[in-house]
Amino acid sequence: MSDKIKFTIDGVEVEATPGQTIMQAADEAGVYIPRLCAHKDLLPFGSCRVCTVMVNDRPQAACTQPVSAGMSVESETEEIRQIRVNLIEMLFVEGNHYCPFCEKSGNCELQALGYRLGMLAPKYPYMFNKHDVDASHPDIYIDHNRCILCARCVRSSKELDGKNVFQFVGRGIHKKVAFNSDTNLGATDVSVTDKAIENCPVGAILKKGVGYSVPIGKRMYDTQPIGSDIEARKATAK
Amino acid sequence: MGVTNKVVIEPVTRVEGHGKVTILLDENGQVTRARLHIVEFRGFERFIQGRPYWEVPVTVQRLCGICPVSHHLAAAKAMDVIVGADKLTPTAEKMRRLMHYGQMYQSHALHFFHLVSPDVLFGFDADPAIRNVIGVIKKFPELAVQGVMMRKFGQEIIKVTAGKKIHGTGAIPGGINKNLSIAERDSLLKDIDQQIEWSRGALAIAKNYTIENLGELADFGSFDSNHLSLIREDGAMDLYDGGIRMIDSQGNKVIDHFNYQNYSDIIAEEVRDWSYMKFPFVKDLGVDKGWYRVGPLARVNTADFIDTPEAELARQEFMAVTGGKPNNITMAYHWARMIEVLHSAEKIKALLLDEDLQGEDLVVKGERRSEGVGLIEAPRGTLFHHYKVNEDDQVTMCNLIVSTTSNNVPMNLAVEGVAKKYLSGNEITEGLLNRVEVAIRAYDPCLSCATHALGKMPLTVSVVDHDGQIVDKKST
Repeated sequence: MSDKIKFTIDGVEVEATPGQTIMQAADEAGVYIPRLCAHKDLLPFGSCRVCTVMVNDRPQAACTQPVSAGMSVESETEEIRQIRVNLIEMLFVEGNHYCPFCEKSGNCELQALGYRLGMLAPKYPYMFNKHDVDASHPDIYIDHNRCILCARCVRSSKELDGKNVFQFVGRGIHKKVAFNSDTNLGATDVSVTDKAIENCPVGAILKKGVGYSVPIGKRMYDTQPIGSDIEARKATAK
Repeated sequence: MGVTNKVVIEPVTRVEGHGKVTILLDENGQVTRARLHIVEFRGFERFIQGRPYWEVPVTVQRLCGICPVSHHLAAAKAMDVIVGADKLTPTAEKMRRLMHYGQMYQSHALHFFHLVSPDVLFGFDADPAIRNVIGVIKKFPELAVQGVMMRKFGQEIIKVTAGKKIHGTGAIPGGINKNLSIAERDSLLKDIDQQIEWSRGALAIAKNYTIENLGELADFGSFDSNHLSLIREDGAMDLYDGGIRMIDSQGNKVIDHFNYQNYSDIIAEEVRDWSYMKFPFVKDLGVDKGWYRVGPLARVNTADFIDTPEAELARQEFMAVTGGKPNNITMAYHWARMIEVLHSAEKIKALLLDEDLQGEDLVVKGERRSEGVGLIEAPRGTLFHHYKVNEDDQVTMCNLIVSTTSNNVPMNLAVEGVAKKYLSGNEITEGLLNRVEVAIRAYDPCLSCATHALGKMPLTVSVVDHDGQIVDKKST
């Protein structure tokens, strides 16, 4: 007896293991659903909503919604693309994201999503909020200007590094990533090898001194859009 | 409603890219002084503070879209000092030099063919409706295409060395992030001989124009001055690195092979209340006598020789005009600029044939320092970048002396000379306006960048009498 269940994404039948989320099943099937807070090594979180899909005509976060047999999922429609672009644009205007000289350019998931989703000039007004840079750690620095509050650092530190270095403080527009020290990042037990550093999708938490060591043309998203690795699985399966 | 106070902020247009000239008259209506006001304000020196030092070469190059490579490399050189990279690998230094010669080549070509050629080909008094780049394209289409193709070639060099034609990331603290692939090398090599040929042609135009019109040009906004540039240890022209040399108007060496890490020991900047641009000067000589010219004219004057054969011959011809003494003719900048175009083309060819560019050893580091200075000969002249970095790797101080700043006094004097010669009565004539523009343009100042496309600066000239009243005002 097969323990697989079947459902559809954009009309195409996909097999899944019971208990999987829509995103997990889609990833295995080589169907890319855009995401920012979700990460393959972390528990489902459902914060950024960039993975919004229509399930039986209702919006759901693909990263948290479990699959069920016969479910009809819509992902690549103009309506959903527009929802995702709006979410991305709000992140861009809320922070201070200067892609032209950000060292994460070309390797940044937020920037890559902007390109993939066809984001043009943001339609919302820039907020130009003032944020700090904490460079007190010898190997790592955090630039709050570029933080999108995805909580990957918070969750990675707790779930993968077993440290609990990062945590949110404040509410609403004042929400920010803080550390488990009374002073600054340098006073925490965070290490440059921590997954919390590696898993930041944007240029907020960076290893010092790396800068622009990878030339333009060789960066992760220079030649192929974000999600291409997942879509390649479908090509391989064929 | 009560009475409303009106607050006037002047200048209003801080980033318009405009120049403003004021000509001051005495009680007899004679020109006493002319001022070129620079009303742009960038603020990079302030907002770079707090940023990590390795970000700076990529950030500060956005000062400009015409010669960003100069800022990129000057900042990278300062950061080499910060990371203790006292000697780069041959691959890193040669890749940076290639980037720089490509930059020099494209910037000079743009200036000469698109900005200056209308004045040279049609004359100062030609109708502005014709005396522009469109007029050049119509009447001299081959020259116009050459200009475009030369700029394109320089931009292609920048792309393969910096990663992008404008605002790349190639130079990093301690070296470079890529080498030159064989395919990239070959795509440039196939065009280099044509480029050298075009450079010879451009040089011939500039030389012949200067010699044929020497009578008019010799005192057109000209004056004796000091000349400052970097110089190689053996006295050769070096656009990428060297010590500071300054000669006086007669060719006597005032400063020679000075280590630029200590530039602030010899150079200071004065602030005047009518311009956002500072006035640099050599401390020992004081504000009145310590100012100097930078750029192609200064570089050809200060060099003992040029280390590429055709450009060296051209330099000797250039120096012969003034009997081996420094050339102080403002309009000779164009001729000197084209000597540098040919020099850059020769250098590019030599570098493309150098196997070091395919090396794999790209970055070196040494003992970390807290302060670094980087100088480079940008297309418009000596460019100074100076940074201090704290223990957390954040920039705490940044001081930039850009080439156009060094040419501040000279440009003001050039404008004054032209005004004294060509202003009759209180009225600003078309001829005066044209000539003021031509004199400023000889220096290829950055403020003209915004209007490169039309070959025309948005320049406003005012004549002010001894009571401070504006008696005439005209804009181009």
